[in-house]
Amino acid sequence: MTHLDTEIQQLKESLLEMWSLVLKQCYKSEKAIERFDKDLAREILANEKRVDAFELKINMDCERILALFNPVANDLRFVLSVLRINAELERVGDYARTLAKVIKDVSGAFKAKEIADVNLVAMSGIASNMLQSAYNAFEQENIELLRPIFKHDEELDRMNKNALSVIARLIKEKPEEAENLLELLLAVQRIERMGDQAKAIAEEIVFYLEAKVIRHQKNKDRLI
Amino acid sequence: MSEVKLLTENYNLYYGDFHALKNINIKAYKHTVTAFIGPSGCGKSTLLRVFNRMNELIDNVRTEGVAIVDGVNLNDRSQSVEELRKKVGMVFQKPNPFPISIFENVAYGLKVNGIRDKEFIRHRVETSLMKAALWDEVKNKLSANAFELSGGQQQRLCIARALAIEPSILLMDEPASALDPISTAKIEELIHELKKNYTIIIVTHNMQQAARVSDYTAFFYLGELIEWNDTSTIFTNPSNIQTQHYITGRFG
Repeated sequence: MTHLDTEIQQLKESLLEMWSLVLKQCYKSEKAIERFDKDLAREILANEKRVDAFELKINMDCERILALFNPVANDLRFVLSVLRINAELERVGDYARTLAKVIKDVSGAFKAKEIADVNLVAMSGIASNMLQSAYNAFEQENIELLRPIFKHDEELDRMNKNALSVIARLIKEKPEEAENLLELLLAVQRIERMGDQAKAIAEEIVFYLEAKVIRHQKNKDRLI
Repeated sequence: MSEVKLLTENYNLYYGDFHALKNINIKAYKHTVTAFIGPSGCGKSTLLRVFNRMNELIDNVRTEGVAIVDGVNLNDRSQSVEELRKKVGMVFQKPNPFPISIFENVAYGLKVNGIRDKEFIRHRVETSLMKAALWDEVKNKLSANAFELSGGQQQRLCIARALAIEPSILLMDEPASALDPISTAKIEELIHELKKNYTIIIVTHNMQQAARVSDYTAFFYLGELIEWNDTSTIFTNPSNIQTQHYITGRFG
């Protein structure tokens, strides 16, 4: 194993560690929504600083490898992908924090029926699964594991649109609950964005493994 | 696609029984830099020497196939080697100035070619030293012995000497491998400038140098041309696993 191999292995381990932490934040936010658990929301907020610290460390590691080892070919693609995945994961961490803040700050609890109407827990589960699939694909360097992510992203988009119309209807029906419903809307949108970040991460993994750029292209699952 | 200046087709070269170049098909385009890379003994310097017929100086060399320089088939022996070398300048790994003055080093090729006009020679020496980015450093000591120059300056002097006969092609065999980083940077900058007017082939063991200076890169291994493509593709997404292993330092 060359010195560069060792550096790249360590970088991969650091990213996977950060990724696991972000996944835990996502799963916890899912549970916090489901149970409207303010304590769990506080735990998510406390852990957000760790995600930010990981992001800075991984950025510095990438800079150091680029400066000292001048990686090329697959090594270069790996470091560039890690840089971008790192940024995407940090954003996912931010969304988990926003969800936690909604739970912590919202004056009353979301009503179970409203949560069910907008499929909030299911949406959260899909977003977390997408991120988990991307994690598995990156860890195992197996591009096949990415394929479902693009389908799930389309599903999340459809659920998001549906949730928007449900919330618009509910606001009209119960204007007195508009404030809480707007918070619910924010939660829906953040979960949908989590799915977008997971898709962007999948695109980066394709770039790393196959040197293909599939960003801004349609039918991505057929391109891999 | 621009004009092809150098070309081989199914080119083979043997040193006695040793098959040093195996069926090489490659082109070099006008006003581009092509880097030849590969481990020692892979044939890259041998191929470089094909283009100015230097291999003919070696005993027991046999070739098959076609090599064309600037439209001239090198198998056509009606073309003299002297004429070929007016078109094809060569710079070697170690600076090899002659033990004469800086001026006479650059003027040497002109005088050998029978040019006697002193004003013409003076002008050509000056422009060649300028092209080689050495003029400002030596203009006040042109009569000094070339050995008084630093290694980097000596190498640029050799480039000026090669440019003085106005070739259209420059062959460079590890031109910066014996130089310090500052001199290396100057040579690389010079290559970047010279490609506006010359077609350059550079043999190098320095991967980053190949990536920095060349437009095309050819990877050789055991006498075979494994991969030849534009440099950015070779260094971001090589199509051959052997190329990838070599450029990432995992070879062998």
